[in-house]
Amino acid sequence: MRVVVAEDLFLLRDGLVRMLEAYDFEVVAAVESGPELSKALAELEPEVAVVDVRLPPSFSDEGLQCALAARRARPGLPVLVLSQHVEQLYARELLADGSGGIGYLLKDRVFDADQFIDAVRRVAAGGTAMDPQVISQLLDRRAQDRPLARLTPRELEVMELMAEGRSNAAIASQLFVTERAVAKHTSNIFGKLGLPPSDDNNRRVLAVLAYLDRG
Amino acid sequence: MRARKGLTACVRGFAVSWLALVSITLSVLTIVSISLIPLGIGVFSTPPLIRAVRAHANRRRLLAAAWSDVRIQLPYRPLPADRRSGITGQVELCTLLLKDPATWRDLLWLQVDMTAGYTIALLAFALMPYGLEGFVLAAGVWRPIVDASGTYWYAFLPIDSLTTALLAVPVGVGFIALGSVLSPVLLRGHFLLARSFLDPTPHMALEQRVRQLTETRHDAVDTSAAELRRIERDLHDGAQARLVAMGMSLGTVEALIEKDPAKARELLAAARTNSAEALTELRDLVRGIHPPVLAERGLGDAVRALALRMAVPVEVDVDLTGRPDEPVESAAYFAVSEVLTNAAKHAGASRMWLDVHHQDGMLRITVTDDGRGGAEITPEGGLSGVERRLGTFDGVLAVSSPAGGPTMVTMEIPCGLSAPNAAR
Repeated sequence: MRVVVAEDLFLLRDGLVRMLEAYDFEVVAAVESGPELSKALAELEPEVAVVDVRLPPSFSDEGLQCALAARRARPGLPVLVLSQHVEQLYARELLADGSGGIGYLLKDRVFDADQFIDAVRRVAAGGTAMDPQVISQLLDRRAQDRPLARLTPRELEVMELMAEGRSNAAIASQLFVTERAVAKHTSNIFGKLGLPPSDDNNRRVLAVLAYLDRG
Repeated sequence: MRARKGLTACVRGFAVSWLALVSITLSVLTIVSISLIPLGIGVFSTPPLIRAVRAHANRRRLLAAAWSDVRIQLPYRPLPADRRSGITGQVELCTLLLKDPATWRDLLWLQVDMTAGYTIALLAFALMPYGLEGFVLAAGVWRPIVDASGTYWYAFLPIDSLTTALLAVPVGVGFIALGSVLSPVLLRGHFLLARSFLDPTPHMALEQRVRQLTETRHDAVDTSAAELRRIERDLHDGAQARLVAMGMSLGTVEALIEKDPAKARELLAAARTNSAEALTELRDLVRGIHPPVLAERGLGDAVRALALRMAVPVEVDVDLTGRPDEPVESAAYFAVSEVLTNAAKHAGASRMWLDVHHQDGMLRITVTDDGRGGAEITPEGGLSGVERRLGTFDGVLAVSSPAGGPTMVTMEIPCGLSAPNAAR
């Protein structure tokens, strides 16, 4: 799978490239600045991009802006955004176009290679990978809302994982339950929240986030 | 419209002219009291009198602003908070008050107010009633007056017959018209005269400014020293300690990896947990020093992100066409953060509103909540910390918080905005 990596710190960029290559990704470009990233995204047509939010020359949110611009030019271009900090504000902006293929993770998640690679694959396949911190912030904030209060603790756990972008199978293995049990939980959640059930991984996340976003 | 303005000025002139009586009384009492200082009694009677004079002057300052839009600043030196008690304290207080040049200017103003000030105020009042007198005379009152004491002069008009009495009407109309134009001007003149004595002189204003700058600089140095201490402590107890633990674990792993792989794996996992926690702590620390969103996006998005993190829903309205200077931006951000946190924690608010906009070289931030109110600026409270922080930038903070709410905290910082796309 063809990947573009954008990260300004040499050590981290090098580590990312090594890790991706170890998992049989083809790193077509590893760049260190915003303009280079824009060029690489436009010309090399990667299947997925792993991008740091803060990049030179401005050291503001250049990476995020490049990724958003590239997705406007090529809707659905899978982008996994990495950052030292996660903000709901950025998560909303990334999800706003609703076309999926979006990931937003703390840089710390790179520590767990398996999980990180899983996230890259999920994003490349058009799904989502949201950092648990974004989700827990959202849930904390909305916990006092009535419809969410009707969820059982187990259902809340399932919903958190679902919002991160996990599949039913992944949720099942994480919670040590069967996939059928998870499917039952998810349909309960959808029912309680008044959301139409859907198998589409990405639409599930969007629906959940859209719901959490309301009010 | 003009007539009504004239009439208002006339009534106000009347009111102000009565205040001259207060000026006379206070002036006499104060002068007597000061001359009694060598006898000792004056030491006790002077401070309350000077305070009364100041209150009297302050009333005039308020009226000037409210009635004629004439702004008169306060020139008084602040009194030190740690005065001694008893007789020595009283002597000290009396000396301090008498040493303040503003006290003497106040006394000078009293003399001017009871003479020139009084005359102008009276004139502002008298024009319209004098015009009315013309009507009264023409209505027949002239006859008994003329019968009793001969020719009666109404302004420049000698009244001795019906014809001349009737002429009093147009003259009266003239006076009323004159009053409607002149009274507001005269009233303003009265306040301008007061300002020339009550406003701080350039020298006093400079002295005030120096005092304020010394104070805010002191606060700024204190705040930043405290911040550095906090950061040092956080790094020392947090990330630094975790990195040491991690290094130790890795060292042990190195020794154990052949002998006891299971134990080594356990230690590796612990090392990884430690490194993750060190990162989390560093991230929180960074957020406290300079929030990443502020660096990346500026004040508007930074407060939006902040609002999203609050447990209470916050409605945010930002209207900025560019970015303020970085230090101002950072001070404004932390001020908003502190005020929002305060409101969420203490006010029991269920909703908050945040408004940020820039107008006439002034960054205005308003935080409103629907909590229980009763918030005030206490010396040790969070709000006074915010006030001190903003003071470094000549910013001010005002709290309106009636018991039962709502609470509104307004902050103003004078600053310019850079062009929108010139973000560093």
